Amino acid sequence: MANYKTPLRDMRFVYNELLDPEQIQALPGFEEISSDLVEALLEESARFCEEQLQPLNRSGDEEGCHFDNGNVTTPEGFKEAYNGFCEIGLNSLTSDPEYGGQGLPRSVATFAEEAMCGANFSFSLYPGLTAGAIHSIELYGSDELKKTFLPNMVDGSWSGSMCLTEPHCGTDLGLCRTKAIPQDDNSYLLSGTKMFITAGEHDLTDNIIHLVLARTPDAPDGIKGISLFIVPKISVTKDGSLGEANGVSCGSIEHKMGIHASATCVMNFDNAKGFLVGNLNKGMEAMFVMMNNARLGVGIQGLGVAEASYQGAVEYARDRLQGRALTGVKNPDEKADPILVHPDVRRMLLTQRALIEGNRALAAWVAFELDVSHNHPDEKRRKQANDFIVLMTPVVKSFMTDCGSEVSNIGMQVLGGHGYIRENGMEQYVRDARIAQIYEGTNGIQALDLLGRKMPEHFGRNMRPFFHAVRNYIYAKEMNYELKDFLIPLAKAFGRLQKITAVLAQRGMKNPDEIGTASSDYLRMLALVALAHQWARMAEIGMQKNKGDDGVFYQAKIDTARFYFERILPQTGALFATMMAGAKSTMSFNDDAF
Amino acid sequence: MKILVAVKRVVDYNVKIRVNADNSAVDLANVKMSINPFDEIAVEEAIRIKEANKADEIIVVSIGPKENQETIRSALALGADRGLLMQTDEETQPLAVAKILKYVVEAESPDLVILGKQAIDDDSNQTGQMLSALMNWPQGTFASKIDLMDNEVNVTREIDGGLETIRLKLPAVITTDLRLNEPRYAKLPNIMKAKKKPLDIQQVSETGIDIKPRLTTIKVTEPAQRSAGIKVSSVTELVEKLRNEAKVI
Ligand SMILES: Cc1cc2nc3c(=O)[nH]c(=O)nc-3n(C[C@H](O)[C@H](O)[C@H](O)COP(=O)(O)OP(=O)(O)OC[C@H]3O[C@@H](n4cnc5c(N)ncnc54)[C@H](O)[C@@H]3O)c2cc1C
Repeated sequence: MANYKTPLRDMRFVYNELLDPEQIQALPGFEEISSDLVEALLEESARFCEEQLQPLNRSGDEEGCHFDNGNVTTPEGFKEAYNGFCEIGLNSLTSDPEYGGQGLPRSVATFAEEAMCGANFSFSLYPGLTAGAIHSIELYGSDELKKTFLPNMVDGSWSGSMCLTEPHCGTDLGLCRTKAIPQDDNSYLLSGTKMFITAGEHDLTDNIIHLVLARTPDAPDGIKGISLFIVPKISVTKDGSLGEANGVSCGSIEHKMGIHASATCVMNFDNAKGFLVGNLNKGMEAMFVMMNNARLGVGIQGLGVAEASYQGAVEYARDRLQGRALTGVKNPDEKADPILVHPDVRRMLLTQRALIEGNRALAAWVAFELDVSHNHPDEKRRKQANDFIVLMTPVVKSFMTDCGSEVSNIGMQVLGGHGYIRENGMEQYVRDARIAQIYEGTNGIQALDLLGRKMPEHFGRNMRPFFHAVRNYIYAKEMNYELKDFLIPLAKAFGRLQKITAVLAQRGMKNPDEIGTASSDYLRMLALVALAHQWARMAEIGMQKNKGDDGVFYQAKIDTARFYFERILPQTGALFATMMAGAKSTMSFNDDAF
Repeated sequence: MKILVAVKRVVDYNVKIRVNADNSAVDLANVKMSINPFDEIAVEEAIRIKEANKADEIIVVSIGPKENQETIRSALALGADRGLLMQTDEETQPLAVAKILKYVVEAESPDLVILGKQAIDDDSNQTGQMLSALMNWPQGTFASKIDLMDNEVNVTREIDGGLETIRLKLPAVITTDLRLNEPRYAKLPNIMKAKKKPLDIQQVSETGIDIKPRLTTIKVTEPAQRSAGIKVSSVTELVEKLRNEAKVI
């Protein structure tokens, strides 16, 4: 079990055939990113993840992190793996070359991230949080802050954390109480307690650079009074070397359901010296821009862990002999057939596969548009890409992590009782996957963000790039008879999505609870349509190539697409009916009766 | 000090090999190919020698079709300085390879040639020895330790009874064994930089070297399936079976 192999074949397909590598290479800054270079980069990244990170996945889960008097140690092997990881540059794929990064497209790095998460979800969080912190400083930090902190963070010798959550303040960051008192030298002294801070304290790096949300004494109440600060664990002197300890300490670490090898810390700030990032009281804006990137990353966590679970399930289903096929013996040499013959097992495996490959395609599209939004020479095109990302960020975060959970649960089911046993590794995926639905903004909040904010913003402008892309695809392929099995259901589901969008926009104006009640269903429906669009495209390519070289791969694309269209996409019908029913039954229920 | 390393492109060691339909060869369609693991060890060793400031230049040579450029690039990404592809689509057997390498050695005049002891596809274990004979250079095969001095090199060899250390005069040919070193991962930025390192291509057909195969492959078959084991009930039975059935004692 638990022998994760990076799905390089499918990644190559997505990169070379679904995306357009020439378009990526045409973006200023990516001139040298040829397909064969991407191939070489991904192969080496995959090899490292499989050989160095994966062996620490189970052991890290069993051992967990250790807390001793404020010090946190990661499980055995993590430090060596982390050093190797940074040595080969897996930590700095997309960072700015000016600070030592490799400046690779996000559409390339996404695949490497998937491999890290598939091989070792917990491990991936240490560099993952650092990447988030780097990104915030890149976008909003002054030149001086960049110079002081970025080079060491980019080369991995310092790591980062994101300190938002406080005991009484989770989703509603406006409740944040951590104080920042301005000092004469332009710095601030921060005091307060943060909790649930991933990688807040650990033994992998010499310094940890915390990005902390806090409030200055005369800041307005609520969300409009929040600012973002850099607070290093150890102060950095003028010449860039490490000085004395700052007023930051770790109070304890959490005992939790999964990601045991990732330290989740209570962080105490006690007159800790910090520096403002971006403008005063504009901390949330800085967070939001950074989050487009980070939330795609969290979606990828769901994808990586789902793939790992699928691989374990397939391997088991081939080997496990149990019962006979309903239509007669398939394996006469043995006393039973492999469970792969049973319709219900096939249903499980194909559901996993259809969701995984569909999500991989969708994530690549979003990652590509992220690249366009940063690097395209034409401002109009950049804006359009940005609209697309703004809309799709909550979708990929939420749907892909829901799938991470759904798919890893299915994987456990395929193994029956053996899936429930720790040693076999499948239940760890379920436990690890679960957190991604909660942190970085719960999935419920993502849905609300999509339907309550992203959809109506600028009179629906954010919706345009996605809706137009799907519509144009349907129009363009309408006459393609071969594609009818895919196009007709796609058009139907898309029609439903358009209709419900209009209905909800209207109802929402009268009663915001209509939006709140429908949002999770709406997000799922939009995601299912987005996957249908990708599956139609994949089937189309499959049909052109299933007779040639590697025809088995392409035929499987067509067959998985068929499964998706026949057995998953119809969920949109039920979601449509659910949403049409409206908010009443949910909202009129008597609170005291709960 | 100049080191020449020869690398072969072979089926990746993780791939489950299948024989093609007409039993004429191993099926290579859509199969992942990689640098021969022993050759990767050879590249690593050359890089370590250079990192110890005992060599100035590492040249990587590969013989085969144009796809071998990838194999050369992967060695360049590890740290070799420049590459040379001796291009041919013909089958090349060890003697032909040794002759082509001799041609390259004469053109480049390296002080040391390092090769893998064998390639994991045909397991010939001949090329290094043949090259040494053709050049009339000393050879240190199956190296598990290499200690380079000014005009000489100590090579610790893995032999049946244990280890043997020999001293060779330079220039010399060395073939690597598994325990010589553990190759590093390529740094990702170096994979990008490797694209810019020089890689020359020469057609074998233009060198006039006779590479005609001397061996003919008659048939390729899968190894016999292992038959199920049995449990013996006593030591006497075991001894009896080892003697009469397995005929090993
Ligand atoms: C393992 C782990 C790692 C974490 N890492 C970090 C980290 O590195 N940095 C950091 O800052 N935080 C981190 N968090 C915190 C995490 O982001 C929060 O737990 C999350 O944002 C939810 O906040 P909460 O737990 O206070 O839940 P609450 O906000 O109390 O929410 C409870 C429930 O109510 C729902 N809800 C709340 N408000 C609304 C609303 N307005 N409309 C509809 N539904 C609503 C939520 O969706 C949720 O289902 C981590 C948490 C965990 C468990």
